[in-house]
Amino acid sequence: MIELQQIRKSYTTGYNTLEVLKGIDLQIEAGEFVSIMGSSGSGKSTLLNILGLLDEYDVGQYSLDGTLMKDLSQTQAAMYRNQFIGFVFQSFNLLSFKTAMENVALPLYYQKVPRKERQAMALDYLDRVGLKEWAEHLPTQLSGGQQQRVAIARALISQPKVILADEPTGALDTSTSYEVMDLFRQVNSEGITVVLVTHENDIAHMSKRIIHLKDGLIERNEIVGQN
Amino acid sequence: MIDIDKWREIFDSLFRHKLRTVLTAFSVWWGIFMLTILLGAGNGLFNSATRNFEDEAINSFWIWTNKTSIPYKGLPAGRYIQMKNDERTVVENHPKVKHASSVRWLNGSQNRVSYQNKTLDYRVVSVHPDYNQVEYFKMDYGRWINEQDQVDRRKICVIGNEVYEGIFKNGKRGKDKEAADITDPSGHHIRIGEIDYKIVGKFTKNSRSQNERIYIPIFTEQRIAGTDRISNLAIELDEVSLAESEVVEKQVRAAIAEQLRVDPEDEQAIGIHNGVQDFQNFKTVMTLIQTFIWFVGIGSIIAGVIGVSNIMLILVKERTREIGVRKALGATPRSIISMILTEALVLTGLAGYLGLACGLIIIYGIQSVMEANDVELEFFYNPEVNVYTVFAALIILVLSGLLAGLIPALQAVRINPVQAMKG
Repeated sequence: MIELQQIRKSYTTGYNTLEVLKGIDLQIEAGEFVSIMGSSGSGKSTLLNILGLLDEYDVGQYSLDGTLMKDLSQTQAAMYRNQFIGFVFQSFNLLSFKTAMENVALPLYYQKVPRKERQAMALDYLDRVGLKEWAEHLPTQLSGGQQQRVAIARALISQPKVILADEPTGALDTSTSYEVMDLFRQVNSEGITVVLVTHENDIAHMSKRIIHLKDGLIERNEIVGQN
Repeated sequence: MIDIDKWREIFDSLFRHKLRTVLTAFSVWWGIFMLTILLGAGNGLFNSATRNFEDEAINSFWIWTNKTSIPYKGLPAGRYIQMKNDERTVVENHPKVKHASSVRWLNGSQNRVSYQNKTLDYRVVSVHPDYNQVEYFKMDYGRWINEQDQVDRRKICVIGNEVYEGIFKNGKRGKDKEAADITDPSGHHIRIGEIDYKIVGKFTKNSRSQNERIYIPIFTEQRIAGTDRISNLAIELDEVSLAESEVVEKQVRAAIAEQLRVDPEDEQAIGIHNGVQDFQNFKTVMTLIQTFIWFVGIGSIIAGVIGVSNIMLILVKERTREIGVRKALGATPRSIISMILTEALVLTGLAGYLGLACGLIIIYGIQSVMEANDVELEFFYNPEVNVYTVFAALIILVLSGLLAGLIPALQAVRINPVQAMKG
């Protein structure tokens, strides 16, 4: 599903060039549940952004579902994001002026799905994350855990091949974190590839494989014996 | 093709951000509203001033006499000077004078007009037939006084519209249906003072007081009164410049002064009102008014442009996060820019249109209230607004708003969505 070969990425600030990724080789198969761990500055967020086509890489090759992702225009990147990838962010990033249902339906708006159909599907996905009764609520009326579940429903609605989650439990307390992780596990059991970035050990251990990053390189791969 | 979904998204966004929408809309609304009101008021001022000059010749003198203030050739100061028919002849012989009319204002009971069982007071003036060259009379019915009326000393009169309505319509418009049957008063006889006069015409002028007058031939009236005295001289000149008119004024004064044995420098004894001077002042004032209108108009557009641009800048900055989220969810840069700009376009366009409508309602509302209540204001008449000018202003506002939104929108779209969402 995801194939990285010798990915390098550096940022230039003023006169300094900081190499964040120093040659990443990584293969993630369809249906895997992978966590990326590492201390801050290890390059884990950069890696996730590259995977999510939110950022470009300098050197190497990145294939997503067999297609080489290189030198994409903004419009192409938008199209691939919409088709292949669902995002979940640490700070949820729901649009505050839209209801839970409208937030979930938004990716379909960019796929030109008719409004009625969009809304029906959004309700369906909200039901899956257990928030059907909250469909008409604004994000500010929801708890953090509920907001993150709405965000997950939003990530799922475009039926992506890969879910990319950047510290999805970072803003949540432990019990809510576990609820969210249960949801990811459930999503994964339906065959969707899940890649999440975290710095919490217990969270990482709820996935099936942990990739440890250190100083822009993969330090080790750890298969977690998930039940 | 209209993308209903896109429009729904846009109106949704406008309605969900009420404060933002209202503030932006208000600044555009206010700019266009004020511009409309100012243009209307300015044109009202302009039109009323112009109208005051429609009724009379521009190149005209109005002459009167009073007590002397300077002793002359052994004659003491303080003598009362009286003009007679001869003075008219003297003035008329001046090469630059086109027409000269003598004028007499009747006094006291001679202003009393009666018709059948009605008696009313108006202003009766006896004039020369040429008087309508100095003051213009728009005849609704019949004719003005002519030369033959003078020669034959006919007892005829020409009445103003208010006189007509007072006599034939019971004073209030349309109140007395039967009396209103007489639409053309020509041929009817009315009694002025002690004498019967036949009405030969009716006129309407712009101001009400002017329509409360009755004009009769001066020779007829002078014979009845047994006098050759006149109150005023009204003169129409050839086309002259202001400087020329001042020369003519001096010469006319000198001619009359010689005739009446008055010092030619005595401006109290012989007063001359120079209409050319008036017109010159009028033109200066009009230029000032128009400059003012343009100044205020351009000023309010500039203020509007700055206001709208500013709001658009803030708006887009504020939406950076939203743009980031939408991008991450698969929005193309084009769709985001199109969304922001369409929102701006709809908002400023509607608000500006409303501003124009409100301005026009107020302007024409004032006008119709004034008309309904028969109010006449010297400085506010027919306050028309050039809708095209306002539309042009509106388009400038909308375009500048779009431009001001486009630049930060392009920037926002270029930012990495991850950064946008963090910021």
